[in-house]
Amino acid sequence: MSHSTEHIDNTRTAVKSPNPRLKNWNIVFRKLKKNKSAVVGGILIILFIIIAIIGPYITPYAPQTQNLVNKLQPPSGDHWFGTDNFGRDIFSRIIHGTGLTLMVGFFSVLLGATVGILLGIVAGYYGGRTDSIIMRLMDILLAFPGILLALAIVTVLGGSLVNVVIAVAISSIPVFARIVRGSTLSVKKLEYIDAMRALGASDGRIIFRHILPNITSPIIVQATLNIATAILSASGLSFLGLGAQPPQPEWGAMLSEGRNYLYNAPHVALFPGLAIVAVVLAFNMLGDGLRDAFDPKTKE
Amino acid sequence: MTSKPNSYDNILEIKDLQTSFFTKDLEVKAVDGVSFAIPKGKVLGVVGESGSGKSITSLSILRLVEEPGKIKGGEILFKGENLLEKTEAGMRKIRGNEISMIFQEPMTSLNPTFTVGQQISESYIIHEGLNKKQAKQRSIEMLKLVGIPSPEKRINQYPYELSGGMRQRVMIAMALACNPELLIADEPTTALDVTIQAQILDLFKNLQQELGMGVLLITHDLGVVAETCDYVAVMYGGQVVEYTDADTLFKSPKHPYTVGLMQSIPPHDHDIEGDLSVIKGSVPSPAEMPIGCRFAPRCPFATDLCRTKLPALETDEEGKQIRCWIYSDEWDGAPEVNIHANKERTT
Repeated sequence: MSHSTEHIDNTRTAVKSPNPRLKNWNIVFRKLKKNKSAVVGGILIILFIIIAIIGPYITPYAPQTQNLVNKLQPPSGDHWFGTDNFGRDIFSRIIHGTGLTLMVGFFSVLLGATVGILLGIVAGYYGGRTDSIIMRLMDILLAFPGILLALAIVTVLGGSLVNVVIAVAISSIPVFARIVRGSTLSVKKLEYIDAMRALGASDGRIIFRHILPNITSPIIVQATLNIATAILSASGLSFLGLGAQPPQPEWGAMLSEGRNYLYNAPHVALFPGLAIVAVVLAFNMLGDGLRDAFDPKTKE
Repeated sequence: MTSKPNSYDNILEIKDLQTSFFTKDLEVKAVDGVSFAIPKGKVLGVVGESGSGKSITSLSILRLVEEPGKIKGGEILFKGENLLEKTEAGMRKIRGNEISMIFQEPMTSLNPTFTVGQQISESYIIHEGLNKKQAKQRSIEMLKLVGIPSPEKRINQYPYELSGGMRQRVMIAMALACNPELLIADEPTTALDVTIQAQILDLFKNLQQELGMGVLLITHDLGVVAETCDYVAVMYGGQVVEYTDADTLFKSPKHPYTVGLMQSIPPHDHDIEGDLSVIKGSVPSPAEMPIGCRFAPRCPFATDLCRTKLPALETDEEGKQIRCWIYSDEWDGAPEVNIHANKERTT
């Protein structure tokens, strides 16, 4: 079997490099590099991040500056993506909105994943009634489509970008809880967890030091894919007027404004829409690639 | 060593331990009234077939039986103190520190995301409050003790880089890290091939004598028992059926089950004509134990008495214990069967 050859190989390299954990990441990275769509997704994401960081300093126009004389201009040399109904440069607005969009996606996943991981790991580790209560709650949350749930929460909390982050985070909790619970169940049955209990390790130590590191790969994959969903939900909420409020150059909100001029100035809605599609697609492609790369069954 | 002026001869003494698993409307008695003792610094072998309750007994000692299992009754006296009365926090201080356990499967008993050094260090960090650097230093010493060459290098390796025998050595190092007074080894050599088994057993014996700890060795290999144990408890159907010193067990086994086990060992000094000798039938499921002696359905000497009444575990004047009607005054079968063992083994 390939196991034995791998073993010999690993021993040899391990003497050279003191940290084989790095080597595991190298394997994942190597597999990822072979996956073309994942590479494209990754490059796009890096590009978006760079744009988000340095973009606001180099845009030709300020995102809020109105120029009513030049309103609803089609794309041209002066205004690459044209102007909107207030004569604002759409290209500059999209670049300014990149950071906003990425941040909403990132923070809502961070928040949702943290809570979901905690709940899932506790449910999986303790089992019994704790598990039933937590997972039934998660089932209730899962029963609603994510966007509907987020919509309800934002309606209750009031429309603002922070509330959108909270709402999207809450709607992504059950997904993480489920995945983490499942992984915890399979890991906690392994003998090394018993061995740790027999060594006198406390529950907290076992959960965070011994179970959590062993279930990181499904979490990473889910988080990447979930950023895409979160961005989409957040844009959706802004589109409905419940998220970012008008002067803010949020893509969903821009799309919503452009909706009124779909016939005479389609570019107003088109470019924010394309931006959303690009960023969501990028995260999805990277996420799918990561899933394959972390799967030990796929060959290098 | 102990804070209490508690005098005890046995490092571990189990009295009438009962551990059951509960399903909706059924209680399955996995361990049903097990009693035995391990004198200080001695090795007790616990032998029995799969499902005889050996492993559950050992998990019960550390109170690690998981739901839906529950320790229902009895006493587990460790250094004279009943472990069943300890709090969970009190138990955590004992686990890995005063009582350690080695598991059967070295391939899966080590955490794949940690280096060997990090795993051995866990004991020191948990129980002795050492920092990572000190713990690592001590871990290197432990690896040296269990005979792993170039421990400074090995300490940074991950479990997948080690062979089965090496991993079992690491497991032993982990278990012995805090100098436990009692070591529970649940079939420590079963998953290893024969030459490695011999090495590990040698290491085991040497370390046991060097460190003077008591050992509870669970095995189904009588060869291992003969080589390492001072005392033996034979288990069947969740009960101890015979408890004696190892010499006596091999020279004159008394319980028909023990005799059957002995006869099932294929001899290697001459060829066998015909089939290997076996104990007919199989272990009864704990859910449907016979009402009489648990071995009665498979016992060649069973009488109506055996089938209707459970014999008690009788202790003779030398401290040897036997659970069989044949050796009681009430025996209603042929009187000569109680010397069957000696006759058959003198060939």
